[in-house]
Parts: sequence; C-alpha cells; structure tokens
Amino acid sequence: MHIIESGNVAAATGVMLSRAQVIAAYPITPQTPLTEKLSEFVESGQLGAQYIPVESEHSAMAVCIAASTAGTRAFTATSANGLLYMNEQLHWAVGARLPIVMCVANRGIGAPWTVWNDHQDSMAQRDVGWIQLYANDHQQIIDTVIKAFRLAQTVSIPVMVCYDGYLLSHTYMPFDRPEQSEVDRFLPAFAPKHFLDPQNPGNFNTVTLPDVRQGVDGVMEPGYIEIRHNLHQDLRAALESYEEIDRDFVKHFGRGGTPFVEEYRCDDARFVAVAIGSLSYQLRDVIDIMREDGIAIGVMGVQMYRPFPDQAIARALSGKECVVVLEKALSYGNQGPLYGDIKSALYRLADRPVLHNYILGLGGREIKTQQLLDALSESCSEPKAIEDTPRWIGLKLQE
Amino acid sequence: MAKKDYCKMISRSKPGPGDGGNTGSWRVMRPIINLDKCIPVKTGKIACFNCWLYCPDCVVTKTIPPTIDLSFCKGCGICAEECPADAIEMVDEASQTEKEK
Repeated sequence: MHIIESGNVAAATGVMLSRAQVIAAYPITPQTPLTEKLSEFVESGQLGAQYIPVESEHSAMAVCIAASTAGTRAFTATSANGLLYMNEQLHWAVGARLPIVMCVANRGIGAPWTVWNDHQDSMAQRDVGWIQLYANDHQQIIDTVIKAFRLAQTVSIPVMVCYDGYLLSHTYMPFDRPEQSEVDRFLPAFAPKHFLDPQNPGNFNTVTLPDVRQGVDGVMEPGYIEIRHNLHQDLRAALESYEEIDRDFVKHFGRGGTPFVEEYRCDDARFVAVAIGSLSYQLRDVIDIMREDGIAIGVMGVQMYRPFPDQAIARALSGKECVVVLEKALSYGNQGPLYGDIKSALYRLADRPVLHNYILGLGGREIKTQQLLDALSESCSEPKAIEDTPRWIGLKLQE
Repeated sequence: MAKKDYCKMISRSKPGPGDGGNTGSWRVMRPIINLDKCIPVKTGKIACFNCWLYCPDCVVTKTIPPTIDLSFCKGCGICAEECPADAIEMVDEASQTEKEK
C-alpha cells in the first residue's frame, strides 16, 4: 500500500513490520519523531513491543544490549551527539555479537552546536565494527530497516541504518508500505544461538584473557584476539550474506537489487561522481544536465559502508577516467573517509582513475545544484592527477 | 553456497574452577585452613561449607576436610571473611612459596 509520510515514520513503520520486541530510545533532533511514532505504535497496541524510556543514549544502548542478550529483537535510534554518547556501548554490542538494529538520522556534531545534516556522526563510528547501511530515500529507509533486522540476526552483528537528518527524516514522500504477512515471510522469528538461559547458566563477556584457555567442560575457549578475528571474518562474509538477503528481498517485494552501490548512468561514463545518502540522488539532476552537454558522467551512491564493499566498488569504477568523491564528513587533518577507502579499493587496479575529493554541506550548509555542476565540470575538464587535499564546496568566508 | 556458520567465537564461560583462566598466578595472599577450627572437620558432618559456597572461582571442595585448588585460587580472601569459625587465615604468598622451596 502506498502512503505519504516522513522518513522518520518510514523508519518507524519498518521497525513495526519487523516486529521489534524491545525498544529503548532517548529523543534527539532529528531522530525524535521516529521514537515518538514507535511509542505511539506500542501504546496503541499495533506493535507488541516493550518500550523502555531511558535517561540517555548510553542507557538506551545498554537496554538494547540486555534485551538482545536475553534473546529478543531490540531496536534504538539516535543522532549526532547522542550517537557519540552511546559510543562505549556500541563497541560492547558488537563485541558481544548482538543483532541490534539502530537508525541514525544523520546530523552534524557540536561544537559548535548544530542540529542540521551531515554525515560526521555515523562516519565517526566507522571503525566500531557495526554494519553501516545508508538509505537515499523513504522507500529505501523502510526497506533497509527490514533487511537490516534479517542481516543482523543472520550474521550476529548489529546494524546501523543511516539516513539524512531533515533532508529525509522530516520531508514527506510517497512510498510503499509492505504487507505484514509478506514481511513475516521474509523475516523469520529471531532464534539466537547464544542467549541468557536459566537452564544453562553461564557468563558472557567477562574478563577475557590475552591467551586461550581450557573451559570447565574441557573445550578450548578463545582469547580476546580470536574473538575479534572472528568478528572481522564474519563482517567480511556479511557482504555475501547481505547480497543474498537483498536478492531474497527482491523476490518478496520487487525492490532492491543494489545492496552495495547504486549506479546511475555509469555504464558508458568516463567520469563518476560518488556520494552517500540523498546527495547521490541530488547529483542525478546534475548528471542529467552534464549529459545533455555531452559529458559522459554518472553517479554512484554507496549504500553499504561497513563492511566496505571494496571489490564491488573497484569493479564499478574500473576503467573510469576520473572519480569524484563528494562527502559530508571529514577525517580531520587527512581527507574524506569515503575518499580514503575508495582510494585503497582502487589501488588493486592496474589502470587507476584520477581521484578528486570534495567536502560540502557540513552542519547543513545548503548544497546547490549549480555548485555541484561547477565542481564536477571543473574536475571533468582537467582530470590530471590524484589529489590528496580535499577541495571545499560552498565556503562563503575565507580565513 | 553452503550456509556460513557465523559467530563461532564469543566470550562465554560456565561456573566452575579455572573458567577465569590461570587465576592462581594472581595470588598475593594464600588461604590456609586451620583444621582444628574447621566446623565439618570438628563435627565430622557435611555442615557449614561457607567457604565452598562463597568462593567466586569454585575452587573450594565440599569435602571433609575442605581443600583449595591453588592453581586457580586468586587469593581474594572471601572464604576467610565468611568462615564463621575463623578457621581460614590469609598468609603472605611469597613467604609460603619461599618455605616450599
């Protein structure tokens, strides 16, 4: 059924259809309407979950950790400084291999205080070990939330579903709301391998020594480094599992089929712009204008950022003349995080494209189509050498 | 493709001696049971055993006399604290090791 709703409501509806059992969240702009909607769903009985109000994001994740350890499907959502406040528990959730799903309505980080959109909040969580998926529009938000629950429980790794604050969270768009019966067929009930079981008492994640040790039942138990190695291996394998899950989603709902990157007019392109989130859709307008002028350019949206689909990206960008990575985040003192990752993914290619990096839109600075057009035109007109220093779009004052 | 077996390694342990690793090497104070004061030894009955009950590493046996597995006892002293007959004394580990040489 098609409905017109905000991105936050799309996310909340996805959570309801996924039959989350425990929800704990602390309101923060621009995520707030999502958690308000979920509490409405619980209050009205539409969603049979326990909604636990907490006093902070750190506690929200702690509740999700406890609920997930007890074997229930847990969900939370946050933004910006709330996500950072949660950071210590994010590490715990993934180290404990708990399939929690969290939405992040992307917002810039203070100081200086900002409530507007960029990607610095979730990008700063890049190395935590959570899977990171990015949605480009409302349909992708609701679909990705449903896929995220299945991915999380398949690979026993928590998943972040990120979407642009305000640009998506607060705008209204038509999207298809999948039928509950079809979601139930796609997403089986959560049956965890490890959970708190009074019939089988044990400890989880107590002090784990540097070395392996023999447990009381004589089985060799891993040390810290083995457990972390297993997490990394599973994250790499999760690429293939997500591809399968996405294929199955196409079978059930007729949408998807681009789990890693979404390409637009890239096939015959000499130049490719790369971006994350709604910016990749905004860039389609620019690409269309440039195509009319005879410039062979396309755009690629990156939808899975961790684990990094390096091979899919290298395949997509192989043979291109110039790749322009536009980012709403920065690894301060270095370059855009996606830019660095793409550079390393392309290193394996014999014929490497020239790479340019642009930083834009930080703290919600408006991104104008004309600015994107100027930047891409400039990069395409003289793609001489790879650049290590990012160029900036839209600065109005220079120091 | 064969279904991948995910999450093969997590940190888990069951209650029992040695499940925290070789914790005996942490010990700086060693519990010594004075059998003259120990209630089960004195009465010949399976009684008391607070030391067995409270030991966080399950290294005290519920036997007459009770014994302590020193390869895992980390010397926390809870048994000495809980013994109602004051039968357990915590002594300096270094001097005990010296004596045993």
